[in-house]
Amino acid sequence: MTEIRAEMVANVWKVVAAEGDTVADGDTLVILESMKMEIPVLAEGAGTLSRLAVAEGDVIQEGDLIAVIE
Amino acid sequence: MARTARRLGIKVIAVYSEADAELPFVAEADEAVLIGPAPAAQSYLNADAILAAAARTGAGAIHPGYGFLAENASFAQRVIDAGRTWIGPSPDAIEQMGDKIRARNLMASVGVPVAAGSAEPVSDAEDAIVEAERIGYPVMIKAAAGGGGIGMTVAADAERLRAGFETARTRAERFFGNPSILLERYIASARHVEVQILGLPNGQVIALGERDCSAQRRHQKLAEETPSPGVGDRLRQRMLAAAVQAGEAVGYRGAGTVECLVDRQTGEFVFLEMNTRLQVEHPVTEMVTGIDLVEQQLLIADGADVSFDVGSVKPAGHAFELRVYAEDPVRFLPSPGAISQWQEPAGAGVRVDAGYAAGNVVTPHYDPLLAKLIVSGTDREEALARTRAAVADFVVTGPKTNLAFHAELLASREFATGDYDTSVVSRLRPLSGSSGGDGAQPVMVHPASDVPGSPAGPGDGLAPSQGGARDRDPR
Repeated sequence: MTEIRAEMVANVWKVVAAEGDTVADGDTLVILESMKMEIPVLAEGAGTLSRLAVAEGDVIQEGDLIAVIE
Repeated sequence: MARTARRLGIKVIAVYSEADAELPFVAEADEAVLIGPAPAAQSYLNADAILAAAARTGAGAIHPGYGFLAENASFAQRVIDAGRTWIGPSPDAIEQMGDKIRARNLMASVGVPVAAGSAEPVSDAEDAIVEAERIGYPVMIKAAAGGGGIGMTVAADAERLRAGFETARTRAERFFGNPSILLERYIASARHVEVQILGLPNGQVIALGERDCSAQRRHQKLAEETPSPGVGDRLRQRMLAAAVQAGEAVGYRGAGTVECLVDRQTGEFVFLEMNTRLQVEHPVTEMVTGIDLVEQQLLIADGADVSFDVGSVKPAGHAFELRVYAEDPVRFLPSPGAISQWQEPAGAGVRVDAGYAAGNVVTPHYDPLLAKLIVSGTDREEALARTRAAVADFVVTGPKTNLAFHAELLASREFATGDYDTSVVSRLRPLSGSSGGDGAQPVMVHPASDVPGSPAGPGDGLAPSQGGARDRDPR
């Protein structure tokens, strides 16, 4: 199981993947927005996206859980 | 801007979003009006809210600053239609320079050098290939409605052009609402040099020297200096004359900047684009000329004479500006947060234009510029030594800042000798995507994408998790 957490304070701009999706290493899951930059959050390893903890428009803090891949 | 206006006896009314309520610019203004919530589309890009604030407070004039609506011709027109003074060029001049193809053709027609490139929008990949054969590879693929290096891609051959073209079109549509594409010959090693111009109320256009803005990450400026160490007297004279011609061609009034690329191999320059507003880095010009550019903007907007003798401007000394960003100094990723300590450097030749102070919170809503550190000296060597000392004395804790990167940049041999080009930052930070470009490199995007209803697809950043950032504001 891989937990993907936020590296910075950001807004969730776009949710690209959905819970239950099969993802490959490097797939874009979510696009964060911070300080006028888009920061794609990528799958760190292949598997099933068992949890997507954010929705578009959420404000997330550093360390917050974004997704879980199993 | 506010300080200059107050010095001239002009009352200052600031507009601010909910996110910026605690910032010094709000406290320093004579009056401040809340124009909306944090998202820029609902506040700083909300023309209705800004015009309503102007009406309510009886503002006689509007200064658009550097970003947001500063180069928005329809906003400028609405300010004028509301009977207020627009502190900037005419909406027509903004529009003529806003379309890159139109601006290129206009420049070529008045004899300003442009890079080999397309004279009309390129509509599909096959046309692009025909066009590129004529121009010669490598070519730069650009959005015609873009600017500030947003979404530019380099293609070295037909195959990469075909692949890059569709991506560029999609992005241009998404970020600028206009899929038009322009191809230009790519200059492998270039310096980014721009000329400050002023269009006077009597129609005369003057040039106030150049600025070298080659130190960039993701096509966005990090450090600027004047004079450019890569421009000799003869080239300077030609560039300044071309910038004046560019301004005259659109009947330019007020402060503007003509951006050029200087090819380091040939020593020739080409027109890149014109910014129809004051630039972030204008203080370096102020330091060596002693001219307050904001003061001139206000005087010109009022139809008054500028404050200096137009015939005897002689820049003296050397000045650097460093943009202090709330971002980590290694990967240049955003780092918002609360500022616990803020200690500015001081000393001979040192000026700090800061947007923040201790106790402020840097939010993720806007771009990461915290402050501009501007330092001058009698020559480049003295200015550089003072800048290094000032960087060492600048203490910011809380958000990560790029000050440590600036210290490295100033210490690098390339920057220290002055013999650098637009890739200097990416050579120091090969993994940061600092040169922009395509594929695994981050690509910049535009604030238009903040506007509700603008189409948005998934990003195609292929960088490591949370490692590939795209910038949204071309300043």
